[in-house]
Amino acid sequence: MQQFLNTALSGLTLGMVYAAFALALVLIFRATRVVNFAQAPMAIVTTFIALTIIDDGHSYWLAFVAALASGLVLGAVIERVVIRPVEGKSEINAVILTLGLFIVLHGVAAVVFGNRFRSFPAPFGIRGFEVGDTTIALTGFGVFQIVSVLVVMALLVLLFRFTDLGLRMRAAAYSPEVSRLLGVRVGRMLTLGWALASLVGSLAGLLIAGGSLVHPSYMDSVVVFGFVAAVLGGLDSPVGAVVGGLVLGLSLSFVSGYVGSQLVALAALLILVLVLTLRPGGLFGTAQERRV
Amino acid sequence: MLEVQSLCAGYGPVRALDGVSFAAAEGQVTAVLGANGAGKTTLLRTVSRLHQARSGSVRFAGHDLSRLPAERLPALGLSHVPEGRGVITELTVEENLRLGGLGRGSRPTAADLDRVYDLFPPLAERRDAAATTLSGGERQMLVVGRALMAKPTMLLLDEPSLGLAPRVVAQIFDLLRTLVREQGLSVLLVEQNARSALSVADRGVVLNLGRVVADEPAEVLAGDTTLRHAYLGF
Repeated sequence: MQQFLNTALSGLTLGMVYAAFALALVLIFRATRVVNFAQAPMAIVTTFIALTIIDDGHSYWLAFVAALASGLVLGAVIERVVIRPVEGKSEINAVILTLGLFIVLHGVAAVVFGNRFRSFPAPFGIRGFEVGDTTIALTGFGVFQIVSVLVVMALLVLLFRFTDLGLRMRAAAYSPEVSRLLGVRVGRMLTLGWALASLVGSLAGLLIAGGSLVHPSYMDSVVVFGFVAAVLGGLDSPVGAVVGGLVLGLSLSFVSGYVGSQLVALAALLILVLVLTLRPGGLFGTAQERRV
Repeated sequence: MLEVQSLCAGYGPVRALDGVSFAAAEGQVTAVLGANGAGKTTLLRTVSRLHQARSGSVRFAGHDLSRLPAERLPALGLSHVPEGRGVITELTVEENLRLGGLGRGSRPTAADLDRVYDLFPPLAERRDAAATTLSGGERQMLVVGRALMAKPTMLLLDEPSLGLAPRVVAQIFDLLRTLVREQGLSVLLVEQNARSALSVADRGVVLNLGRVVADEPAEVLAGDTTLRHAYLGF
């Protein structure tokens, strides 16, 4: 029973981090139909910015805010400079560009921040809470991970559902030409979409980095799981991204705890194949089949 | 109100508009007629800045539109109503309408929404439904209502009769007439269905292969049998 609870708890925190990455991918995909392969190195750059600030002796929270802010700026700049020139053309152009960005940012991060493992502090305890005389697999930092992803998700829902800006952003994503006729500055909405996605990605980077060792490529495998979570959820549904992240985090945690940790990657692939066979649009997807 | 001067536009080697000039007067319905491929839709898209003109000018209420981006036009009072497929199906009926109101530059009020719901009662019943569930006629009501939310002085209407039952078309044209009469709205109506369009229009401009072949009061066009047979198909 205790092992079951602990496996579920660590699956929950892990799932939340996958969910954050999936959310970042979904935000960009639903606005531009582009899968942003550069999500991982973008988050790495912002995580290392935070680490530099912490190593300079400043507080974790200053670094936290700086990382989120630099994520916002990085996303906007990448959209304006790299993605904008190919917007309106076939999506494959932008996808290839994000693959190129993946390589470039990886290289730049290694050159600027050093190609070695460095330890990243956590703002809260990373030892399990004690209930009675047993220690459970939920840490102070784990609670922070869960709460911050939930808060970000709630803020995004509020933004998209209840504000004029959110309405404009959704319209621009679904129907750019009609939106222009209605006075929506579509280009600006896309920039904002990338900026927000990049902010969520940098949050995910900070959450996965806290209390562990970071390296310019430490995030790649997490992003693969984030991608699986996004596809499970249907790629264009924020709620789907979070549910997909949780499903994946919990399942992988149970596979790791009860079957064997070497089978985690295989299990992720199996889940992906299974879901896509039964529901090709993902669990929450609204996408229709189309010719590609 | 809207003046089009020597407008040329095209796609690659194709000249879709070849020196088109006409004016649409304030408080009137001006119909642009012609067969498929005559250049009607290109004309509308060039006027509303979705398509770049090669030469010529478009002026609206004293503004030179040639340098403005499409998204600035609603704030000037010029609303382009795309055909019924232009509803944003992923949004609800009311979200579509609110979006239209935002185009004016300020937040739409409940009174603005009610005004449109009064004009189109079926939309009021479906206000929280996803726009994808609407029928063809309701979609056409929604795109017109959405444009009206921006309180335009002129509507550019693209084939409002396309794919609709004649009774629905008559309703929509009646409503247009009422808006023109009571609120002084000006309308540029692009239509393939010349008979219905001329029944509602004050003036008709006939396009053929990108050129204006006639620009006359509607009743003159309707009475010109030769022209009707040659270009308008009735």
